[in-house]
Amino acid sequence: MHLTYREWWAVIHGMGLGALFLLAFAGGLAGLYSLRAELLSERGVVERTRRLQIGTWVMAIAAWATVITGTWVVYPWYRSTAADSPKSLLVANPSTADWHEFGMEWKEHIAWIAPLLATAVAFAVTYYGTSLVKHQGVRRALMVFFTASFLIAGVAGALGAFITKAAPVH
Amino acid sequence: MEESSSLQQVSTPGAGVDKPFGPVAAVFLAAGIGALVLGVLTTLAEASEGVKSWLEWSTSVGPLSGKTIIAVIAFVVAWVVLGIGLRGRNPKPSTIFTWTAVLVAVGLVLTFPTFFQAFAPEE
Repeated sequence: MHLTYREWWAVIHGMGLGALFLLAFAGGLAGLYSLRAELLSERGVVERTRRLQIGTWVMAIAAWATVITGTWVVYPWYRSTAADSPKSLLVANPSTADWHEFGMEWKEHIAWIAPLLATAVAFAVTYYGTSLVKHQGVRRALMVFFTASFLIAGVAGALGAFITKAAPVH
Repeated sequence: MEESSSLQQVSTPGAGVDKPFGPVAAVFLAAGIGALVLGVLTTLAEASEGVKSWLEWSTSVGPLSGKTIIAVIAFVVAWVVLGIGLRGRNPKPSTIFTWTAVLVAVGLVLTFPTFFQAFAPEE
């Protein structure tokens, strides 16, 4: 049950922030979906909007924290030129090389698109506040971009999990 | 009565007044531009060793450091510039969201390994 310093950072990056991101997405999406005047009282709109603002900003902040820790803390250990680094081990074996050549190469780039979209959605939710309920077209578009942000992060997260399984950072 | 005043307090100054879409348009287009810049830099770094080494702003992170820092700067600068330019304006939301989707989609294609690795110099 012992984790090294690097393994702790991998856990924070992949599981801690990832779980927070997932929770915030679920809450945010449910909030956006149900933000409809016919479903809520005026008081309900006020309460729902506050929760939605918190949920969308938590997701945006979690997304930024995930990509920053991933790129600047965990990734240097992954790509170290040492013979026993995860990247060195993966590319040395033709049967695992694609985990780096395709998986990591895709993950390390697209992950950065998720916080951009999540921030845009959080800003829009905060900007409109309770009046978002009057802009149903915008609300639906926010749901689409919020989900796109989640799916992009999901691709990066899934690839990260598979790569860690094939060659973990120690 | 109490509920109604609560709604007005929270949504002030927007209650009863349609807020212009400009500031939201600015952040969405900025996100699309950030994604596009990331994609362009990813493909350029693959195509040119010179670009790849120029983007290596951190030895330990490699070219990803330059790509991501420039993409984030592009996002922030575009947000500020478009925010100023679109303040008080009301562009059509469907047009802005479509452009954002196109910019993000192009960014996604340009960061897809099968695509950008096709530009790698032959060894």
